[in-house]
Amino acid sequence: MLRYLLHKLALIIPTVFGISLAAFAFVRLLPGDPITALAGERGVSPERYAELVERFGYNRPYVVQYLEYIGRVLTGDFGISLATKRPVLGEFQALFPATLELATIALIIAVLIGIPAGIFAAVKRGSWFDQATMGVALTGYSMPIFWWGLLLIIFFSGYLGWTPVSGRIGLQYFFKPTTGFMLIDSLISGKSGAFRSAASHLVLPAIVLATIPLAVIARQTRSAMLEVLGEDYVRTARAKGLAPRRVIGLHAFRNALIPVVTTIGLQVGTLMAGAILTETIFSWPGIGKWMIDAIAKRDYVVVQSGLLIIALIVMAVNLIVDVLYAVINPRIRVQ
Amino acid sequence: MKKKLTFAAALLAASVLGGMANAKQLVYCSEASPAGFDPSPWSGGNDFDASSRTIYSRLVEFEHGKTTIEPGLAESWTVSDDGLEYTFKLRPGVKFQTTDYFTPTRDLNADDVIFSFERQWKKENPWFDYLAGTGWEYFTGMGFPDLLKEIVKVDDLTVKFVLNKPEVAFLPDLGMDFASIVSKEYADQLDKAGTRQQFTQKPVGTGPFQFVDYQVDAVIRYAAWDGYYGGRQKIDDLIFAITTDPAVRAQKLKAGECDIMSYPAPADIAGLKADPNLKVDEQEGLNIGYMAYNTTQAPFDKVEVRKALNMAVNKQAILDAVYQGAGQAAINPIPPTMWSYNKEIKDDPYDPDAAKKMLTDAGVTDLSMKIWAMPVSRPYNPNAQRVAELIQADYAKIGVKAEIVSYEWTEYRERGKQKDRDGAFQLGWTGDNGDPDNFLFLLGCDAIGQSNYAIWCNQEFEALLQKGKATTDVAERTKIYEEAQVVFKREAPWLTIAHSKVFMPMNKKVTGFVMDPLGIHRFDGVDVAE
Repeated sequence: MLRYLLHKLALIIPTVFGISLAAFAFVRLLPGDPITALAGERGVSPERYAELVERFGYNRPYVVQYLEYIGRVLTGDFGISLATKRPVLGEFQALFPATLELATIALIIAVLIGIPAGIFAAVKRGSWFDQATMGVALTGYSMPIFWWGLLLIIFFSGYLGWTPVSGRIGLQYFFKPTTGFMLIDSLISGKSGAFRSAASHLVLPAIVLATIPLAVIARQTRSAMLEVLGEDYVRTARAKGLAPRRVIGLHAFRNALIPVVTTIGLQVGTLMAGAILTETIFSWPGIGKWMIDAIAKRDYVVVQSGLLIIALIVMAVNLIVDVLYAVINPRIRVQ
Repeated sequence: MKKKLTFAAALLAASVLGGMANAKQLVYCSEASPAGFDPSPWSGGNDFDASSRTIYSRLVEFEHGKTTIEPGLAESWTVSDDGLEYTFKLRPGVKFQTTDYFTPTRDLNADDVIFSFERQWKKENPWFDYLAGTGWEYFTGMGFPDLLKEIVKVDDLTVKFVLNKPEVAFLPDLGMDFASIVSKEYADQLDKAGTRQQFTQKPVGTGPFQFVDYQVDAVIRYAAWDGYYGGRQKIDDLIFAITTDPAVRAQKLKAGECDIMSYPAPADIAGLKADPNLKVDEQEGLNIGYMAYNTTQAPFDKVEVRKALNMAVNKQAILDAVYQGAGQAAINPIPPTMWSYNKEIKDDPYDPDAAKKMLTDAGVTDLSMKIWAMPVSRPYNPNAQRVAELIQADYAKIGVKAEIVSYEWTEYRERGKQKDRDGAFQLGWTGDNGDPDNFLFLLGCDAIGQSNYAIWCNQEFEALLQKGKATTDVAERTKIYEEAQVVFKREAPWLTIAHSKVFMPMNKKVTGFVMDPLGIHRFDGVDVAE
């Protein structure tokens, strides 16, 4: 197991360097630069432009800039945002809990609904339930997040008045964040109604963010289950007279779980991508919105460091998923 | 004894809670997060709303809802005959805000004024570089480094600005956000503590509200400053709920989650007006949406061609379809609400037949060109893509084939400046200080490569522009700028599209909010009915 883990870790190091290079190059490949972006409609004179380029150090060769950047990153210094002049890591730490909280709740929703829906659809293959579930899953998968989010806001917040429109908690609750996770902080605050308010603010963004992963998980579970349900050992188990629940739950589902876990692991990337739009719609102060703003402002430091940090997190999650495989299926370790 | 103490504590708690319950709160749904709370390094309207207009004050202020100036921290001033010396008498007894991170030991004085400008001006000032890579873009962009010769402390409450050349817009410039006055005493305290960064994170000013808390990208909280020289505000708490999407802001306003919102989408205005709990204030914006021809490239180097293309465009259709009635056709490069606007100038008439003939007479046939459309909605043009489509259809009627191009916002402006850029480029401008020069400078020869997207350097126009800047007499300046507008209209470097209206939807409970022609959102004087 340790060898397996070390092997996986060894693969991560070149990937991290590759991503740092890609992130560094990506933001510089975009036309324009932070100076032009900050100047707005007023523009900036060529002399002033040259002065600022010099001050920011963007006139130096790319190799020098990259090496300096990566050198700092290796010492834990991710730089200072060009737009806000605040340390990137500090901004990330302040905003990431909001994204993590939202993504976790969204993933829980996606898993809790997606897996049972997929199992039932597979067991009742061809039934109205199967067709309806897969129809809804396809619709969810194809739904533009921006439109879907706005639709939910208009209906549930505007028309029915059941949920708040946006934000993380009602403005009447004012306390310093302890963990950054609003559900936990609201409980710690001891203010009556704070937790309820935080939870109600999570409902719509979590549903919107969960929609695509839920659809993917449901479809994947269904197809994995269908494959397994046709296997000989399942037929044998049924022939032995085992209860259907036991056949499906123990024999079929356990073996169908590998591709499903893979899919769930891959959804972390989807959640990060989805968070960008979801956070923008729901004014959710997380890293998705932060990255979008940074790209628009050509904030090189935030984009390159932010992408790198996010990539590190996604890789860490994938590593955990790989380890989970090995736990679920010992044959993977041996291979 | 114990009982007494318990009773006293209960009484205190009750009074605090009671006070909290009665606290008047105004929630403003703002459109973006501020980069910081120092009013000078940044240039976005949202930065100013969150810092300079709430927390700080200036030597002179724009009158509420106007572009004329009135005394601010300076209660009076004199200007030397040659226009080179401005001496300001400071208001005595002005208090900087007392917060949990700073307690001032003295009132505002000349040192604060000098510090506020020198930190943006003098590279040897230790605060010049306190934020890595700060360019002090507004201070520089307004030409202050070249304009200022020295700032002299005459006495504690008198400060003199000496200029290198006369500058007619100097006083309005001092009313702008970058000229906000900060506390030198607070800066010195942070210097000693080695925590300069805190200057922009935990601000201290002399304005109507003091900073309480900022949750990044989410909520900014302010409290009324009891010691404000203009008197304590009627509301106790001011909250900015940062909500980037205009449709979501509208929903929050309808749901009562905020009391007032900025920049509604044109499509939402009718719905907001129809809501019985809301009212929608509106005002002519101090702005212009235009389309600049590249006057250095054939055939747009010919005035007749530019005029013909202008005459082919049905502006009314654009106003109806895109501005949805929230705008008026632009004739001149400055808006009609601005002084020196030339009312005598008539717009190029919409006449496709005459336009077609003019093009043929100019020897232009089978013209193919590009129309550039901004990818973003701006106050002066809510939907440049749609405007481009309408112009494209109008051009087709006179036999001109137009292709619409658009790029990501920063790239768009970058490409638009290229000297060999093809076709006509949509953009616009919102005024900073209410001075006509603040609009006409966009077409100055010096602005080529910066804001002059027509790449138009007309000597006659340029001479008038320079003359206007050096003239102090308002009546004389008016004549100069009226003449400059005649030259502009004759030469047609732009298709002047529209001056948009600006809307401010709010709950009917909100009173005293005055819309500002400069696009500033000020909350001093605002009240919320119980």
